[in-house]
Amino acid sequence: MTVVAERNIVVAGPTTVVIKSWKIPIILGAFALLALVLFVILGRNGTTTFILAEPTDFLQVAPIGIPVRASGIVATVLLAAFAVLGAWFVRSRGRVPLWIDILFGFVFLVEFLTWAAAPASVQVPGMLLQTIALSVPLIFGALGGVISERVGVVNIAIEGQLLAGAFVSAMIASITHQPLLGLIGAMVAGVLVSFILAAFSIKYLVDQVIVGVVINVFIVGLTNFLYSTVLSESPELLNSPPRFEAIDIPVLSQIPVIGPTFFRQSLIVYLVYVAVPLVWFGLFHTRWGLRLRAVGEHPQAADTVGINVTRTRFWNVSLAGAIAGLGGAFFTLGSVGAFSREMTGGQGYIALAAVIFGRWDPIRATVAALLFGFANELQYVLQDTSPIPSEFMLMLPYVVTILAVAGLVGQVRGPAASGKPYIKS
Amino acid sequence: MSDQIPGSGQPQEDLEVSQVPPAARAPEPSVATTVLRQIVTGNALISLLAVLLALIVGAILIVAVDPVVQQTAGYFFSRPSDMLQAMWNAASGAYSSLFQGAIYNFGAADFASGIRPLTLTLTFATPLIVAGLGVALSFRVGLFNIGGQAQILTGAVCAGYVGFAFDLPPVIHLIAAIVAGVVGGALVGALVGVLKARTGAHEVIVTIMLNYIVLYLLRFLLRTPGALQAPGGNNPKTPPMKSTAIYPLLLGPNYTLHLGFIVSILATIVVWYLLNRSNLGFQFRAVGENPNAARVAGINVKNIYVWALAISAGLVGLAGVAQVLGTVTSGFGESIDAGVGFDAITVALLGRSRPWGVFAAGLLFGALKAGGFAMQANNSVPIDIILVVQSLIVLFIAAPPLVRAIFRLPQPPGSRKLRTPRPSSKKVVVTR
Repeated sequence: MTVVAERNIVVAGPTTVVIKSWKIPIILGAFALLALVLFVILGRNGTTTFILAEPTDFLQVAPIGIPVRASGIVATVLLAAFAVLGAWFVRSRGRVPLWIDILFGFVFLVEFLTWAAAPASVQVPGMLLQTIALSVPLIFGALGGVISERVGVVNIAIEGQLLAGAFVSAMIASITHQPLLGLIGAMVAGVLVSFILAAFSIKYLVDQVIVGVVINVFIVGLTNFLYSTVLSESPELLNSPPRFEAIDIPVLSQIPVIGPTFFRQSLIVYLVYVAVPLVWFGLFHTRWGLRLRAVGEHPQAADTVGINVTRTRFWNVSLAGAIAGLGGAFFTLGSVGAFSREMTGGQGYIALAAVIFGRWDPIRATVAALLFGFANELQYVLQDTSPIPSEFMLMLPYVVTILAVAGLVGQVRGPAASGKPYIKS
Repeated sequence: MSDQIPGSGQPQEDLEVSQVPPAARAPEPSVATTVLRQIVTGNALISLLAVLLALIVGAILIVAVDPVVQQTAGYFFSRPSDMLQAMWNAASGAYSSLFQGAIYNFGAADFASGIRPLTLTLTFATPLIVAGLGVALSFRVGLFNIGGQAQILTGAVCAGYVGFAFDLPPVIHLIAAIVAGVVGGALVGALVGVLKARTGAHEVIVTIMLNYIVLYLLRFLLRTPGALQAPGGNNPKTPPMKSTAIYPLLLGPNYTLHLGFIVSILATIVVWYLLNRSNLGFQFRAVGENPNAARVAGINVKNIYVWALAISAGLVGLAGVAQVLGTVTSGFGESIDAGVGFDAITVALLGRSRPWGVFAAGLLFGALKAGGFAMQANNSVPIDIILVVQSLIVLFIAAPPLVRAIFRLPQPPGSRKLRTPRPSSKKVVVTR
């Protein structure tokens, strides 16, 4: 034993070892090749017009027309240059700076839109608005997933929490005519679903994945049953919730392009702006977050220093349910305006994917949720023009997640004790 | 698989108990007491009580939404008997429809038509049994195959394509279609297994994601002429199966029961033999009990993961075969899986991952499904109530202490142990 320990000390000396990872340049190169095939070899003719402002906007921005074939060649050259630059950075400094990834992604996305939407026009503000609308439930679901998994309970039940939130918020808001009460009802519904998850996984030590899957089936069955027996009997009384009105934030909403997208939204969307930084700050900069992460990483150590593991897990899983329930309310009070059977349609699983793709980090998970929402929106934007069938756009989040867990897009490692019940000895 | 794994926190306690000779632990109880105790603390009783509890909750839901009950509740204090009568009528009416729709229809003219519900139950049970066997097999290896939906759809597509696109002699055509479906499902499972073995990707995430990938792929193929869409049709639906490829009906044209049910019995026997008598099955169980120990014993754990997921998914694919070649032979759409992929998980759990347990659980859920349709038609109780009952059954079965507490049964000795439906594969081994 002692020999091993000494050797460890020698290795862990003050030398900085830079591990060169060629993964990112290789991925960038692959995408540059893809760009060559799509934008140049399969290049299309015509001009794509990007419309950047609604006619009602205060500040008008002229539409931008981009010739498809020329821009394809330019973009491919740029992307190849970025890939080579990335390889050079790995050779000389060992890693690729983040700005190369971001610029690469931006150029690829814009050119992809230009190529796929040709020869029509793209309504940029509408597209971004819809992206936000499609992402909001994913973001809330992902935040709930991050908290729950960080505290050590695998949350497959996000789907059930979203669905329960949607159902209860629609019903309560319809009866009371108060969307705000519906929002609170959605949180309570999410908490109740979490109670089932917590009771069975923490108290009765049933495997968390199984409880999650069964809860999802249970909620689907229950909401479908109540929908067809109660809600559809008197839809005007029970299933016509008032929706949240969009609120203009005075100056900010006048900024061209991003103003209407981000600052002319309903209350639930503004809650996202508050919730994401709050969860991030809470997780990484408060005592609550430290304890939560300790319980999820090493419950025995947390218990040793006096943290009540069972109680911490129970209440934080409940909190996760409340947040995911908010996301459910967005379906009925924010976008659609009425409950329908299985209206969440697997969004909970995409939120789970966002948690993993975002590496259990609230900010990254939010970005992942936005990306997945954008991929979802693209099928509507490109539905008439795109040479790629919409099903493949819908598939994208799932494929990306499999690539992520397979370790092709960087190392993915969850909280160490996530999924394991803790039994105090 | 043992149902009860000692918790990592109490190895010493178990050691001490096992060192004490059995006779010295307690005074020898009488035979009658022992038998009674085994019945009361046994798994069979828990399963029975779990089903009972779930049916009670289902009845409460049915009663609560019944319009007559709500009407009579308005004057409950002046005439309470009306409401109680209405409640009884709602619950007993629904459950009697459930029974008559699943087992035997007492209103039928003769035995031949009265027994039809039972054959319907067996038809519904067929895909549930084979898919449940597949999921159960993965549980025994300590893996979670949640991708039943993807594997059923793949099995259905492969078997269906062979079934409608090729012209082959009668028996050979059927066999070719079955093999295609099983291999198709198995390939999806093998992909998951390879990803897990090579990269450590968690099979739960990969299988969930594959469910959607396969669904969208199928949706694309179904609306693309020349792929799976029936020629000349506008609907996303395949052409009907050729008559040479479909499972023959077992009891003549009046009943829906088809050869797939015999196949599911054979599959149960094969899985039983595989798990309990074969070399490969022994390795499966060894990896399921403790992958570290299995590796030390010379078992190639990664290969076992790939094989287990391939065989598991192949069985689930066989459920897809039963769907397209037996239940719906007139061409299929994207909902051909009929929720069997997720039902299979509950079937496997209810059957405690034992082949014949899964068989019985499949029969029960098949009966619930068949009866659920009758209940929906006769009592206007939505079939979704069956989903509620099924999920409650599994939740209760997974937590025996809860069921014992509700019925005030004695807790079995050593009940402070960790329960998992599968052996915890990442158990920390502490050596001193």
